[in-house]
Amino acid sequence: MFENIGEMVILWWRTLLALPRSWRQREKVFEQFFEIGNASLLMVCILSFFIGGVIALQTGPVLVERGLANAVGGVVGISICKELAPVMMSILIAGRIGSAMAAEIGSMRVYQEIDALRTMNINPIHYLVLPRLIAIAVALPLLVIFAILVGWLGGAFVCTANSRIDISFAAFFTTLRDVVQIKDVLNGVFKSFVFAWIVGVVSCHQGLITIGGPRGIGRSVTKAVVNSIVLIVILDYILTRVLVRS
Amino acid sequence: MTTPSSQPQGVGVQVRGLRKSFNGHEVLKGLNFEVKPGEIFVLMGPSGSGKSVLLKHVIGLEEPDAGEILIDGKPIQSSNVLDQYRLAMVFQSGALLNSLTVGENVGLYLAEHRLKPPEEIARIVTDKLEVVGLKGAEDQMPSELSGGMKKRVAIARALVIEPQLILYDEPTSELDPLSAVNIAEEIVKLNQRISVTSLIVSHDRDLAFGVADRVAVINDGQILTIGAPHEVEQSKDPFVHDFLSVRFRRG
Repeated sequence: MFENIGEMVILWWRTLLALPRSWRQREKVFEQFFEIGNASLLMVCILSFFIGGVIALQTGPVLVERGLANAVGGVVGISICKELAPVMMSILIAGRIGSAMAAEIGSMRVYQEIDALRTMNINPIHYLVLPRLIAIAVALPLLVIFAILVGWLGGAFVCTANSRIDISFAAFFTTLRDVVQIKDVLNGVFKSFVFAWIVGVVSCHQGLITIGGPRGIGRSVTKAVVNSIVLIVILDYILTRVLVRS
Repeated sequence: MTTPSSQPQGVGVQVRGLRKSFNGHEVLKGLNFEVKPGEIFVLMGPSGSGKSVLLKHVIGLEEPDAGEILIDGKPIQSSNVLDQYRLAMVFQSGALLNSLTVGENVGLYLAEHRLKPPEEIARIVTDKLEVVGLKGAEDQMPSELSGGMKKRVAIARALVIEPQLILYDEPTSELDPLSAVNIAEEIVKLNQRISVTSLIVSHDRDLAFGVADRVAVINDGQILTIGAPHEVEQSKDPFVHDFLSVRFRRG
């Protein structure tokens, strides 16, 4: 993975330089955007609802036993919006969308479709990478905002339904509002924006360097997902350190 | 590449001292030959002899380790020559974009470079598909086509560029004899109609001697013989003789 980081940075930079061409590729951007949403929305909904529920279930009874019932909403709310929603959704998207990007571009590479584009003077970065990166960079933060809201709902539902916690819906959101500020939500959304670039660049790069037929495509897909997740976790630590200070 | 406009005139290709190695294995060992403007030149040789690698160099998909390729006397490595001339390649597999329809594949060059309005592109696509005998196939997906049809779509896609040089990589491989003859006829008709230069790599003897103005035989990265088809047939080189005359006989 690390030997390819230079190539990935170059790919990312070339994509940035191609951003003025985005409008020309708008149809492909919308196509990719809806594919990401369509493929992920239900999974995001289920995953974030249960993550919110599990956090409430883990922290709720401990806090309530210590007389800190009014902190449950805040703890659940801030954990979801600053950490769990951006990281878990990015990992989900790496598995669901990053793998598809690597497989599609990888198979185009193996079956000479990318060579065919080059012979027609069509830049594969403009044609294949740019629309995917723009789409994922817009879609993932939106999915994370949605995941935060659903995660909070999941937490509130468990707090209401679980007899050991027994906090009403309204009380949960009142305490959540006292603790969670808009900048905390933006913090999570910003992280997801960075992670989206990571997933997009890693997956497209893996696709573009695929060699060796169907087995090579399989290897690229695995590498795209694993490398994306490793980089997401490492960058999550770095971003958290930076954002906590600011 | 320049905008396709007038009837194209073929361009000449010169290959001088071309060398290429992959992982220490030398695939091209100093190739020298010339393709004249408007000529059909067939490069024959066994699988793995470096034919496809050579084509990739001519179209700029590979960089040579040594030597140079000139298009109309201008080296392709040292300037934007590949942007000045209209070159097209028909890949062995067709290399159609599987996510696009046949019509979208054929019109891709014009659409992506915004050279024509959509209605004009649709008309050109219909025309080019008719030329290769696939009228009405615009809405089909590549996965619905046979190997021969894919190759004909790839030729139609190349025609849209109105090329001055077409490179064909094994145009008749994996085809039944009738489809192979159809493709060979297309190559000759195209050459006669728009005087495009055609560089074909193949190990199909019937194709080579049926369509070529000149033939070269390559083996192990080196050209063994070059000349008009009847001259190559009379070559004294033992490999060329075996390659052109070998037949499988049971028992």
